[in-house]
Order: sequence, then C-alpha cells, then structure tokens
Amino acid sequence: MKTDIILAGVGGQGILSIAATIGMSALHNNLHLKQAEVHGMSQRGGAVQSNMRISDKPIASDLIPMGGADIILSVEPMESLRYLPFLKKGGWLVTNTTPFININNYPEVEEILAEIKKQEKHIALDADTIASEFGSKRSSNIVMLGAATPFFDISFESFEEGIRQFFGRKGEDIVNVNLQALRAGRDFTEKNR
Amino acid sequence: MQKLLLLGDEAIAQGALDGGISGIYAYPGTPSTEITEYVQASKFAKENNIHSDWSVNEKTAMEAGLGMSYAGKRSMVCMKHVGLNVAADAFINSSITGVNGGLIVVSADDPSMHSSQNEQDSRFYGNFAMIPMLEPVNQQEAYEMAYYGYELSEKFKLPVLLRVTTRLAHSRAGVETLEQKPQNDVSLPSNLTQFVLLPSIARKQYKTLLSNQRSIEEASEESIFNKYTDGSDKTLGIITTGIANNYLMENFQDTELNHPVLKIGQYPIPRKQINKMLKECDKVLVIEEGYPIVEEMLKGYQEAGTPIIGRLDGTLPRDGELNPNLVANALGLETILDGSIPELVKNRPPSMCVGCGHIDAYNALNEAIIPYGVGRVFADIGCYTLGALPPYNAVNSCVDMGASITMAKGAADAGMVGVVAVIGDSTFTHSGITGLIDCVSENTPVTVIISDNFTTGMTGGQDSKALGKIEDICKGVGVDPDHIRVFKPLKKNMEEMVQIMKEELEYKGVSVIIPRRQCVQTMKNKKLAEQLISLNLK
Repeated sequence: MKTDIILAGVGGQGILSIAATIGMSALHNNLHLKQAEVHGMSQRGGAVQSNMRISDKPIASDLIPMGGADIILSVEPMESLRYLPFLKKGGWLVTNTTPFININNYPEVEEILAEIKKQEKHIALDADTIASEFGSKRSSNIVMLGAATPFFDISFESFEEGIRQFFGRKGEDIVNVNLQALRAGRDFTEKNR
Repeated sequence: MQKLLLLGDEAIAQGALDGGISGIYAYPGTPSTEITEYVQASKFAKENNIHSDWSVNEKTAMEAGLGMSYAGKRSMVCMKHVGLNVAADAFINSSITGVNGGLIVVSADDPSMHSSQNEQDSRFYGNFAMIPMLEPVNQQEAYEMAYYGYELSEKFKLPVLLRVTTRLAHSRAGVETLEQKPQNDVSLPSNLTQFVLLPSIARKQYKTLLSNQRSIEEASEESIFNKYTDGSDKTLGIITTGIANNYLMENFQDTELNHPVLKIGQYPIPRKQINKMLKECDKVLVIEEGYPIVEEMLKGYQEAGTPIIGRLDGTLPRDGELNPNLVANALGLETILDGSIPELVKNRPPSMCVGCGHIDAYNALNEAIIPYGVGRVFADIGCYTLGALPPYNAVNSCVDMGASITMAKGAADAGMVGVVAVIGDSTFTHSGITGLIDCVSENTPVTVIISDNFTTGMTGGQDSKALGKIEDICKGVGVDPDHIRVFKPLKKNMEEMVQIMKEELEYKGVSVIIPRRQCVQTMKNKKLAEQLISLNLK
C-alpha cells in the first residue's frame, strides 16, 4: 500500500501538527514515511504545504509527482484548490470551509465552494464550527485530519495512538480534546461521503 | 541502535552527536537552522558539555569550529549557502591549514530560492578549497555522512564540506542510528606551525594539499556513497548527485530501469566510474540539484567524445529545484497533467505578522520621508525585508547581511539626501557594526534604523546577540548619544515616531533610531521573557 497526501494551508494554521500526528500513526504501523515541510520565510502568513508519503515499501522521492496524490487535505478552502494538479484521478479533496483571509483580493467564498464541489470526490466541512462546539477552536486542524482518516490504509485506532503520542506532553486535557476532534471529523465524513 | 523520525537537518545533527563532536557553531539561516537547534535541545549534548550556542555570524562560527579542531576535538560548523560567502575567508584558508580534530562544514543550499536571495551551489566552494565533499541522497545518508565524515576529515587532515539542499533539509524520514562514539581528548597539532599561514608555510602546505588530490579522488572511487549500477541499455548513461537520485528512481517504481546509473554522494567526482560510463554509453544525462557543476566538468573530461546532456542544453531546466516530473520529462517519460489550478485561486505571499513592530516602524518612516521622496531606503535580510511588498513599499534594497548601512553610506557619499538604512537587531551584530564604524569615521549623513525585536525572527525566533547591547555598541563605535533615539513602535505613538524620524533625517551626521518591541512570535518563550525582565526591557 502507498498513500500520498498533500497537506495545505496558511503559515501558522497547524498543518505541521497534522503531519506529525500522521507520522506517529504511520510509525506505529511500522510503515515507511517521507514528509517534506516548508520552513523559513514562507511560514509568515503565506501559502504552505507539506508533501507526505506513507508506504509499506521504501519511498524514493520526498516530493509527490503531479497527478500522484491520493488525498489533498486542506485546512483552508482556497488553499485546497492550489494543489489540484497534484491530485490523482479519483483522489479525495478534503477541506475546511472556513476561509483565512489575509489578502485584499481573496475571492468570494461561494465561488470557492462551488469550485470545490466540482471535484468528483470531495469532503467539505466547517471544521472551525465543529471544533468550537466542544469548546476548542484550536483543534480544528485535528477535526480536518479526522475527516480524512477514512481514506488512509491506517486504522482509526492508530490515529488515536498518534494523537496520544503527539499531544501527550501537553497533558491529558489537550489529548482528550484532540481525540474528540479526531472523532468528530471522522463522523462527518462517514455521514457525508 | 535505534530508529528515529528526523528531518534531514536533524539527521545531520544526530550523526554529528553520535560521531563524537564536542561543539557545533552556526548562525541561523534557512534551510540550515534546525541542525543547531537539534543539538541545543539534546539532553545528551547538555550532559556531555557539547557547545551549541549561536555564533554572531558564519565567519565567527567557522573560525571557532577551526579553533576547536586545532585543540584536537571534533566540531561542526553550519550555515545556509549564502552564509558560506560570509565564512569564505576562513573556509578557504582552512583547507591550507588543514585540521587536527575532524571538522565538518555543513552548507545548506536553497535551489528555487524558497527563502533566499540566490540559489548558489556550495559545491563550487568545495572544489575551490580542494577538499572532500559529501552530498546525501536521503535522511539516512545525511546521518551516515555526518557520522563517517569525521573519519574522512581526520584521515586527510582536511575539513569536509557536507552539502544539502532545502528539500532534504526539511523533509522527515526514519533514520537508523549507529554506535555512539566518544569525544576526542584535547591534543595539540603534531606540527605547531600547521595553522600559521605565513607565506613560507602556506606555500608548503598548499603543495601538500595539491599532492593529496589524487588520494582524495581515490577515496571517492572507493566510497560507499558512490554507487555504479550497470544496465543493459547503454544508449544512455545517467549520473545523479545527491537527492536527484530519488527523482530518477521515483519514475521507476513499477518498471525496470535498464540504463547504467552512477549515483554520486562523495566528491571529487569518481574519475574511474565516470570514465567507464563515458566509454560504454552513447550519451550521458547528468541530473543534479543545483548548478550544472558535474555536467560542466564532464564536458572537460578527456574521454568526453560522448555527448553530455542535462541542465546546460535544456534537457533539464537551467535553474530551480528538481522534481520527479522534470526528471521524467528529461527521460522522455509520460507525466500526468490532468488538473489545473482554478483561476480564482490568488497568490498568498508571506507577510509580516499581525501586530508586528516592524509594521508600525515602516508606517512612521513612510510618513517622515515624504519631503525627501521615495527610493532612498536601504534594507537588509530579515522579516522586515517584507516591507518591500505592498501595502508598505517602504524599502528599496536587500542584498546581503549588513548591506543596508554600507549601501546607504555609498548613496550618501554620492550626494543623495535623506538616506536611510533599515536593519534588524540580529543582522546588526552579524554584519552591521563594521559599516556603522565606516559611517561614524566620516560622519556620513545617514539615518540607521535598527528595528529591535529581541530575536532572529525570520528563522523562527533564535537568540539575538544584540540583546540589551545596541545602544552601548553604537556609543562605543562613536555615534553621538544625542542621536541615538529609542521608541516603542505602536500605533498610538505614531506622532512621536514620525517626529523623531523627521528630526534625525534632518541631522547631517550619523543617527541611530531604535524602534523597540518584542517579536509577536516569541511571546511564549519563557527564557527570553526572563532575560527581558533582567535587562529591564519589559
């Protein structure tokens, strides 16, 4: 098995926490992993992405070829569209619908959502609202990860284990909130796919 | 032995720790920063008294690393590619002095300029210095090269250059570690004039360096990092360097690769294997991340009646980072180009953070400078370089670390009035002080704005060597204390800020203006908070 994922968002939105959680889950299953991140200047409020590759065989390139990604997982709606040339035919576009507007010419949100709905396989959810329903808007990124978990060849329990490992040092409460977030995202996809 | 999930940078740091270093010296710079940060966070390093504090710039780092080597211990020096320009004097001369304890210099290149002002290739420096050079294909090799690099360095008594590029530096993968080696004991060089580069001694040592070149090349021919894989289809031979091999192999995950492939990870390039390929193959494709260095060398090889293709003839793009698709195109393989980016998607360039003090300083500057007109603000390297973008359009240059003050001086010398330099606190101690002395010694009419946010912001909030010292440094080099002006850059202080700037722009001598407010990204840094309280800056 091999799963190639493009994680997308804006600098500071927490895509590296998603990446780290997936990484821990993959290691838990003894899978090979490569994950290319963006550091430095682009982190300052710019468009950021991370190429994440998981496989039971050794992985060659750190970068995913065009048309090769199984999943685009985006924490921001416009950013989900930026990487479409990388999405495989039949791949899933999983995105948050809450926009992050820090540019003057940000397009109409309705138009973005219409563009997302053109994708044959898409899951679009308002992760910020779902996360604030149980009192932690900051875990909207983990809601998004939860929404994408059905499309991985990794068990949900392994993702829960990944959450425990990654957030463990921050205390029991943070772990529980993020486990809740993961489950809420998963539930959304199971009801709406 | 254990398996760790590490960035390429972290793998280098772990390799150096396991390889027995006693110290690491560096100035932060993307994509090299995480090497030193990893050692700083290492419990093992702390327990074993391994030096890891930041240096004031890459030159001081290089010299300190060489000093540790003089004392017989193993050291690592890290920088981004343009940092090697700053360290170049010490670096090139270190190949003439040679080393005592092993010394690895890591230079992290940034093809496609993700976070840099150029995409220069550090391998030129390795060739220039005539020292062994290593370039890893993946995180595991990055670890092993740092680990074995010390043996190579001590074997040839030369520094070793370890070159990585952004993609490997900032990509994570599993790494298996090797047995921990002990640190060297302190020992003097066997020859106490080895490091004295008086012409008479340097001439001798340079001849030694030259006479060692063939054995350094032989080491490359025998290296485990250089691998020749034969293939039946000799219409094309393929040479890859470093990470480029991954992009080649990515295109042959489900099909057989029948061409001979030479994977290069250790330099100088292995002559024996290269000659075999040139002799046996009709044509040779060179795939390298960075400048076409190997490609150009091969064109000069005696045996090269064989056509060489790569970045120089357009088979691959002349600039920018490689990827699996570019390599597929070069091999004439099909690539999938189905999707396109919808037109409504807009660019989202990096920008200064909401609440950043640089923003307030620029708003004040833009107003104060109106009487003089646009086009006279020389800036430097840091977050504040983003002031060049709309809506600020506040600065007109960004060239290299420290160039703001010295370029402003040149423009003032040319007769331009109302000339301003904008530099950050960490960049000021890195390379700004010397330029300020030039200004003071001629009383050049320039206004130097040192935008002080108590940190090295752009690279992620590392320590600033300028912390609590800026006024003393400026006074110490001779700036008139009446023209050192400090304020807190906040919207509510706008009137005061504009007034101070106007006064200093009118002054016909050297002024220093210090807008001072903590970087919003460092608010959670407890150590910094304590330092600020003890320095009375909070």
